[in-house]
Amino acid sequence: MSKSNNNILEVKNLCTSFFTDEGEVKAVDGVDFFIEKGKTVGIVGESGSGKSITSLSILRLIQEPAGKIVNGEIIFKGENLLEKSKKEMRAIRGNNISMIFQEPMTSLNPTMTCGEQIAESIRIHQKLSRKEAKEKAIEMLKLVGIPSPEKRVKQYPFELSGGMRQRVMIAIALACNPELLIADEPTTALDVTIQAQILDLIRKLQKELGTSLMIITHDLGVVAEMCETVAVMYCGKIVEYADVKTILTNPKHPYTIGLLNSVPRHDQHYEGDLPVIKGSVPSPFNLPKGCRFATRCPHARDICHNQLPELKTMDDGNQVRCWIHTDVWEKQEEEVASNS
Amino acid sequence: MSKQPLLEVKNLKQYFPIKGGVLGRTVNHVKAVDDISFEVYEGETVSIVGESGCGKSTTGRAILRLDEPTAGEVNFDGEDLLSLNKSKMREKRKDLQIIFQDPYASLNPRQTVGQIIEEVLKIQNIGTSSKDRREKIISLLETVGIGAHQVDRYPHEFSGGQRQRIGIARALSVNPKLIICDEAVSALDVSIQAQVLNLLKELQRKFQLTYLFISHDLGVVRHISDRIIVMYLGKVVEISDTQSLFENPQHPYTRALLSAIPSMNFEEEKRERIILTGDVPSPIDPPKGCRFHTRCPYKMERCAIEEPVLNSVSDGQRVACHLVEKGAVDYTKIPVNS
Amino acid sequence: MLTFIIRRFLQIIPVMIGVTLAVFLMMHLIPGDPAQIMAGERADEAQVEQMRENLGLNDPLHEQYLRYVGNAIQGDLGTSIRTNRPVVNEIFDSRIWITIELAFWGTVLAVIFGLIAGIISATRKYSFADVSLMIVALFGMSMPNFWLGIMLIYFFSVNLGWFPIVGWESWKHMVLPVITIGSGGAAIIARMTRSSMLEVLDNDYIRTAHAKGVSERLVVYKHALRNALIPVVTVVGLQFGTLLGGAVITETVFAVNGIGRLVVDAIKARDFPMVQGAILVCAVAFVLVNFLVDIAYRLINKRIDLN
Ligand SMILES: Nc1ncnc2c1ncn2[C@@H]1O[C@H](COP(=O)(O)OP(=O)(O)OP(=O)(O)O)[C@@H](O)[C@H]1O
Ligand SMILES: Nc1ncnc2c1ncn2[C@@H]1O[C@H](COP(=O)(O)OP(=O)(O)OP(=O)(O)O)[C@@H](O)[C@H]1O
Ligand code: SF4
Ligand code: SF4
Ligand SMILES: [Mg+2]
Ligand SMILES: [Mg+2]
Repeated sequence: MSKSNNNILEVKNLCTSFFTDEGEVKAVDGVDFFIEKGKTVGIVGESGSGKSITSLSILRLIQEPAGKIVNGEIIFKGENLLEKSKKEMRAIRGNNISMIFQEPMTSLNPTMTCGEQIAESIRIHQKLSRKEAKEKAIEMLKLVGIPSPEKRVKQYPFELSGGMRQRVMIAIALACNPELLIADEPTTALDVTIQAQILDLIRKLQKELGTSLMIITHDLGVVAEMCETVAVMYCGKIVEYADVKTILTNPKHPYTIGLLNSVPRHDQHYEGDLPVIKGSVPSPFNLPKGCRFATRCPHARDICHNQLPELKTMDDGNQVRCWIHTDVWEKQEEEVASNS
Repeated sequence: MSKQPLLEVKNLKQYFPIKGGVLGRTVNHVKAVDDISFEVYEGETVSIVGESGCGKSTTGRAILRLDEPTAGEVNFDGEDLLSLNKSKMREKRKDLQIIFQDPYASLNPRQTVGQIIEEVLKIQNIGTSSKDRREKIISLLETVGIGAHQVDRYPHEFSGGQRQRIGIARALSVNPKLIICDEAVSALDVSIQAQVLNLLKELQRKFQLTYLFISHDLGVVRHISDRIIVMYLGKVVEISDTQSLFENPQHPYTRALLSAIPSMNFEEEKRERIILTGDVPSPIDPPKGCRFHTRCPYKMERCAIEEPVLNSVSDGQRVACHLVEKGAVDYTKIPVNS
Repeated sequence: MLTFIIRRFLQIIPVMIGVTLAVFLMMHLIPGDPAQIMAGERADEAQVEQMRENLGLNDPLHEQYLRYVGNAIQGDLGTSIRTNRPVVNEIFDSRIWITIELAFWGTVLAVIFGLIAGIISATRKYSFADVSLMIVALFGMSMPNFWLGIMLIYFFSVNLGWFPIVGWESWKHMVLPVITIGSGGAAIIARMTRSSMLEVLDNDYIRTAHAKGVSERLVVYKHALRNALIPVVTVVGLQFGTLLGGAVITETVFAVNGIGRLVVDAIKARDFPMVQGAILVCAVAFVLVNFLVDIAYRLINKRIDLN
């Protein structure tokens, strides 16, 4: 889809596993994608499909020894983050790459004021004095649209509403003007009217500051409004990777199609039942041998149950992981036709 | 609509005291639900929507008397539930069931699925022998799509969607007339959510169930409801049939709520979006007059003084707003305050 | 905050009524006639009656109680039978200060060692250091004070001769009793800090701190410790009460003339006013310390102030 030198981030064959008493959980299992400078990539998928673990892996925030990045490369501006020392990683976190988490209620330290929490990353990365950092913190609060910021810097998170807390999280994340912002379900815990404010804010700041954005969500509406490219994940793997319009209007992978159909939409009139994806996500300890969606897929054939399809790049540059979109499928069809 | 409603809520109020001061006296109240009225007819699905903290769950809990309401009437099947004594109320609970958001928290982890349902059957004296009850349990679980071989498993052995099915089976076990679903599908993945929504619809047809469906997801609500109640800060601001609500919302808050939902619709040109400023005010000291006036883009002078009442704007659509007191209006022609 | 302090202070009143009532009734509930006991076993009927009259034991119970409380508020706790000096002087002239010194250093020791051990354990979960520290802590908790005291004397004073065996004169005298009295608390605080710290380290805001690029050290000491201390502070307060109890035994083992020993001596001598007075003073001290701990708790945990 693009030349590599324009990519701020390239994730190659990322594998992250958790080692539990019951066995290895391959939470992220060979994920590839990239983010172009200044662009927005969305990651969607069922709960447990590995979205958060992918994003935590990028910043190397996986809690060891329970979890471990077992394979892959994470190329940020041409350098592999997995080869960096702990100290070098710390200099990147919050400075070049920042992260916003889902729960604004629990993601802020309850015993530190909002000002302290914003100023902290400024002081770490920009080596400003306490006073300068505080002034910058007030400036940041103003930037994210918090009224009377001079008063708010002194307040504790419990004194703020959910929407305000998420604004503070954004202020922290953007304090050092990062090149890449990773937002893991930034608005899931918020009301729609507040969500609209926050998404608006992120979009505005992204345009102003030229930040690249990776947004994780399960809300296809958010994807439609925010992203240029979308990766759909299922059981630790990307099953479809395409521009947002293709994903929402002409998806190729049976899972994406099923997902899209089963969302009840507020802007559509309904008669009768919703189309569903039958069954449920397989347990991570008992993944199907072939295509991971085979247990639920309406098109599944023998080959799907036995052999994992590759992520194949199509003519339009979009990628799909499904046997239907390979020559094998057509060949089989011809065979079936000629046999009968 | 001349028939008798199955559920009639009249002037319901639920105030929670706030203790404070040196002596820990009640210094104020959270006016969680403040004088609301609505009806639910047999066999229909009525949804309550609104932002977090507007009083949706409190309404559901008050109807079941899980909290004792401060004032009002809850007429169910011709009887005022609030005037029943404890044992009469327990009997009535058979007709009114509730399903919660978190399927895991509401199932006892040390009981098998069979035991969980049997307990309810026993409390309500359903079934004569344990064999009889067992048969009933198995048929109930099969109704919600859980196989007979899974009866003796524990909740943690099921997925989220299956647990919610178990919750539904438990609610169904006593043959209720009304089921209150409080965010019953909110915690589920979309693909599973669709399955459970279809199941709820199917059961409604099969058993003539009536649902009071509490949710903040307007897509889900549009799909499942016949009528919708929109709440804001403890008040009902709009009651409408589903189609009118989505196609011609009349309360400024409903309009803002709908326009705030990110749309998946790609062909449609970018909509004019109403982005509300500020947060929802506190239900402890709600704004005087119209409670929405602090955020309303159409606010007029009288809005801060005079409280609007629910007023019929068209057949089946009632709205509490001064703007529409003389009937439905065309919002594209009304200037927005900056 | 001020409202909280006032409210918390008002809560002390019923507690104090309970305490004084209990101490007052103690006199009446123990078997035997207090007047008889106080007058001595050889006193005759008239002398006992005289004693009864002097003590006001013939008045109705509630009057006696009110008088007792009234006197106590004015700093009159009666006269010691054994020494014939006012109880207040006996307690406050020197005894209580020694105990306070002992309890204070015991608490300091418990807090410092407990916190350090707890933090080391939590940040190196399941490491050799963690496991050994927690085993030591388990011993520390289950070891009775008198036993530990005797062991310490045996090794460090008798065998090695590093510290004096008994008495309370220089810092050298203080070392072993303070260790004896503080070890239990240190063990409990260590275990508490560990579990609280582990819980806090699992929180989302710790992940946020890491994501900001905060160093491991600062994450532990700036972000986690403060939150982890919230439950620990409560334990420290409760620990102080146990410490006062432990003082009785420790002072006896090391022959320190503190209030603990005073109580023991008074009981032996059936010196009732003395026992009552000492217990009352200890109870008041306990209540006051808990009051201060609660205020400290609110200062750390700002969230509670709101409700
Ligand atoms: N600490 C852990 N120990 C074991 N397994 C884990 C751990 N953390 C995550 N996993 C597993 O990794 C997989 C991916 O988890 P992840 O949090 O990335 O999902 P997600 O896509 O973000 O889901 P959600 O939408 O629910 O946030 C899941 O199967 C989960 O069970
Ligand atoms: N037991 C209680 N004591 C005091 N206040 C309460 C109590 N229960 C609810 N409230 C308050 O009443 C208001 C309404 O709460 P309710 O749970 O009904 O909201 P809701 O509409 O269900 O919101 P959500 O979408 O978050 O579930 C809130 O402000 C809440 O804080
Ligand atoms: S590979 Fe087979 S099972 Fe998998 S999605 Fe494609 S058709 Fe379905
Ligand atoms: S009454 Fe006034 S403030 Fe309230 S919604 Fe209507 S126009 Fe807005
Ligand atoms: Mg996640
Ligand atoms: Mg609720």
